[in-house]
Amino acid sequence: MDKPVKLACRHVWKLFGAVGPDFLAGATEQAPTLEMIQDAGLVGAVRDANLEILEGEIFVIMGLSGSGKSTLVRCLSRLIEPTAGELIFEGIDLLKASAKEMIEIRRHKMGMVFQHFALLPHLTVLENVAFPLEVQGKSRSQREQIAREVIELVGLKGREDNFPRELSGGQQQRVGIARSLAVEPELWFLDEPFSALDPLIRREMQDEFLRLQSLLHKTIVFITHDFEEAVRLADRIAIMKDGQVIQVATPEQLVLNPENDYVKEFTKHIPRSKVLSAGAVMSEQKIGSSHQVFADERIEKIAEKVVTTNETFSVLSSEGNVVGSITPQQVINVLVGRSDDQ
Amino acid sequence: MTKLAQQLAQSRNFWFWTTLLLVSWVLSTYGRDLAKAVDAKWLIKFPAAWRIPMKGEISAAMSWLVEDAHFGLFTVTEATRSITWLLEQPYQLVLSLFASGFYQGVGQDAVLVFPALSWVFVIILVMAIGHYAKDWWLSSLVGIAFLYLAVFGQWDSSMVTLASIAIAVPIGVWGGILLGIAAYKWWIVELALRPLLDLMQTIPVFAYLVPILFLFGFGPVSALVATIIYAMPPMVRITTLALKSVPTELKEFSLMAGCTPRQTLWKVLIPSAKPTLMVGVNQVIMLSLNMVIIASMIGAGGLGYDVLASLRRLDIGGGLEAGVAIVVLAIALDRVSQAFALQRSPDRPLYAGNSTTLRIMNYPRTLIVLLSGGAIFAIGSFVPQMQTFPEAYELTTGAIWEDVIRTINVNFFDQLEAIKTTLLSVFLVPVKRFLGGIPWIWGLLAVSLIGWRVGGWKVCLLAFLLTAFIIVNGLWAKAMTTVYLCGISVLIACVIGIPVGILSALNSRVDRIVSGIIDTLQTLPSFVYLIPVVMLFRVGDFSAMIAVVLYAIAPAVRYAAQGVRSINPQLIEAGIVSGCTPFQLLRRIRVPLALPEILLGLNQTIMLALSMLVITALVGTRDLGQEVYIALTKADTGRGLVAGLAIAFIAILADRFVAAGANRAKQRYGYES
Ligand SMILES: Nc1ncnc2c1ncn2[C@@H]1O[C@H](COP(=O)(O)OP(=O)(O)OP(=O)(O)O)[C@@H](O)[C@H]1O
Ligand SMILES: [Mg+2]
Repeated sequence: MDKPVKLACRHVWKLFGAVGPDFLAGATEQAPTLEMIQDAGLVGAVRDANLEILEGEIFVIMGLSGSGKSTLVRCLSRLIEPTAGELIFEGIDLLKASAKEMIEIRRHKMGMVFQHFALLPHLTVLENVAFPLEVQGKSRSQREQIAREVIELVGLKGREDNFPRELSGGQQQRVGIARSLAVEPELWFLDEPFSALDPLIRREMQDEFLRLQSLLHKTIVFITHDFEEAVRLADRIAIMKDGQVIQVATPEQLVLNPENDYVKEFTKHIPRSKVLSAGAVMSEQKIGSSHQVFADERIEKIAEKVVTTNETFSVLSSEGNVVGSITPQQVINVLVGRSDDQ
Repeated sequence: MTKLAQQLAQSRNFWFWTTLLLVSWVLSTYGRDLAKAVDAKWLIKFPAAWRIPMKGEISAAMSWLVEDAHFGLFTVTEATRSITWLLEQPYQLVLSLFASGFYQGVGQDAVLVFPALSWVFVIILVMAIGHYAKDWWLSSLVGIAFLYLAVFGQWDSSMVTLASIAIAVPIGVWGGILLGIAAYKWWIVELALRPLLDLMQTIPVFAYLVPILFLFGFGPVSALVATIIYAMPPMVRITTLALKSVPTELKEFSLMAGCTPRQTLWKVLIPSAKPTLMVGVNQVIMLSLNMVIIASMIGAGGLGYDVLASLRRLDIGGGLEAGVAIVVLAIALDRVSQAFALQRSPDRPLYAGNSTTLRIMNYPRTLIVLLSGGAIFAIGSFVPQMQTFPEAYELTTGAIWEDVIRTINVNFFDQLEAIKTTLLSVFLVPVKRFLGGIPWIWGLLAVSLIGWRVGGWKVCLLAFLLTAFIIVNGLWAKAMTTVYLCGISVLIACVIGIPVGILSALNSRVDRIVSGIIDTLQTLPSFVYLIPVVMLFRVGDFSAMIAVVLYAIAPAVRYAAQGVRSINPQLIEAGIVSGCTPFQLLRRIRVPLALPEILLGLNQTIMLALSMLVITALVGTRDLGQEVYIALTKADTGRGLVAGLAIAFIAILADRFVAAGANRAKQRYGYES
């Protein structure tokens, strides 16, 4: 991968409780185990996390409740101070930044969307969205103009003068999204932004989110406990368990090569056709067929075409070279959840 | 615990209390003779030689503070003088505006430059505020309330009272908010403030009237200081609590938006906490009104002074009229401030016109008020009725009240007297004799034993020290009178209040009536209870008891109702399907499960009773309250503070004992392990 690294975290730990000064002293060589942490009366919310978030990607952190996702993302944005570790944001050491520098970085480079929206109850939609600009000291006309633009972008035009309580959950989260986008952040954190919404609205918001990203190309750290959501949105997924990052991979790799049974358990219930691409299913035989699909297209998308045509398709790389072929039977196997080696 | 151990513990419990009571009774009845027999009178009467002259030392310290002490650059007197000056300026301004008018020059030569606000204008103003806060209903309620004040001849006094409220409330609110913020930001401030606030809630107001009088002299400013000190603590608490309970996400958002700490506080935390803060504002207003009469003892004028003066003259009608006026004012201010608290967002004008001259058109209410103000001012210079309500049309109900009371007294004198004497002779006097007879040395031991029994050695030590403080100050007998009056009143309040509370939890019609009565009782300033009671039963313990019961009954009812209401309905259903009769349901399920809440209510009732007791000293009780009251009239700082602390200590002990009891009840019924 050739994209530059936007944010990297190295050996980040967050232990809650009264941590002794040298509890983590030798952590890089000999990390304390979960038992050692618990015996010391601490909570190991994040343990030795190593991540590299690339520019322009949607990086999803996924794990069950209590696995430490929120804590990790708050370490990444330095809302809470990591107990140990390093954070490199655009080449500078974030943990060394002064309070003043952090204010500047957050004002211009970072945005965050919260699970329960975190809208200010006493401000209208317009004022909420303009709030981050207001604290920067932008003039009223300037900030209202920008705010109106983002409000339109998230599809809330006409609701500018409503108060948050007058909106539905989905609309409130749109306000939250608009507000975090108003400062044009480069790095965008979303902590379970859709978890408080109904399933139907959730899907709608996911589509909306993908639409926005196709326009804006932000670097995104997205938290969820819903594997299906992760698969739908992610370029790469990090799976967390008990504060540890177990595996970082593309959705497809997770399904094909789960690191352990825990990851496998997650991927089991997800329809393969939504994850696997033609390239992962095809055979190496390079058959020149009149019917063609691209290697990175998901099976879900090509299934109907291949099955109804009922012929072997050739698979093309993104440059247009034939790299393999795929048969209707192979597609059907994926659809009914049968793997080749069975 | 095994069953056997449990039974053992219970029987041990039983024996402990029975023995304690029995020994107390024996010592109380025969202690005197016993002590005479062994020729050791000190066992009964705490020897004067052993007293620690605490009050003298405190008084001396106060004199030193006022006369000699200084903080390097300036003396204490200079400090209090400048505070006085600072308070005096806005107070005089508001007073002139509402009540006296602005004068140029002094004494006889003074000329009126600008009259006080006309009554018509004030009524229009408060109606506009009522409308702004909520709707036309509130507006008319407030209007009628103020019209009442004008028609019934209470206008001038009311405006004086209103002026002091108008100064005390903003200072109390802002002082409270700032202290609350400090406590929220720095744990060390919170640590320092917490015990202080706890003490402020238990120490009776009278106790700190004395030092204030000493420091600030007699006058409206002293009264303001006392009112602010009295009304501010809840605002501090509420502010800290409100800030703490702002959702974490909002605090995180404010960081992520790049707010500076100051922006976080003023743009995110305070506005989001506003609904809760407004509840605090309402409390400050109500507490300030509660202080109106008490504050008049150290120089506040207005309605409070009228009530106090009438009470001293035993002028029934006058006292009641002024008292009712306070209530009317209290209701109006309470409803308006509550409406503001519930108001969900400020009314926002639509920015229609951009030029400043047109902007005012967007605020029709303000426009009307301003225009009518101008008109009234103009007309007022020709038509004096506009300026002050014409005396010829004033009504007075004083005579009517007096007639009513006289009729009751004439026609029902025998019955009232019979009730009073029966209760006194079968109940009050025996209890008083029993408690009053307990020798101090056994009292000290018994209180410590109870402490040890309910809360282990820590509570035991506390009980010992606090009781010892009371004894070495020679206040044992008066303290026991306080305990007796408070105990009896609390008992009666509970006997009436708890069943009423339970009933109102079970029956919505009863509930509506009861909560109406309780709400009214709670809005009334404590003094108001005294007036009718004294008129019917004259001065003495009995009147004091009735007034205390009336004042303190509210929490007993409220908590009992709350406790019964919050029982898990499945448990009731379980009882029904097991075939319980309604009475069994009540006895076996509802009451035991509501017990922790009921005990909490008991706790509150005791606190209220103690604070009311001090006030009843005015009707001639001979307890610690009287001690404080005497100190006040003599401006004896030490005496007042010591007696005040003694009352606070009784409150603290009662609080600990009842809380320990509540914990036990909880454990017994498995709320906590
Ligand atoms: N302030 C805190 N003090 C102590 N422990 C905490 C604190 N915050 C979180 N924890 C603990 O850290 C662990 C991880 O919590 P975290 O909130 O990061 O989980 P999460 O993955 O976001 O879960 P959820 O999906 O429920 O939001 C949990 O065991 C939690 O109890
Ligand atoms: Mg979380």
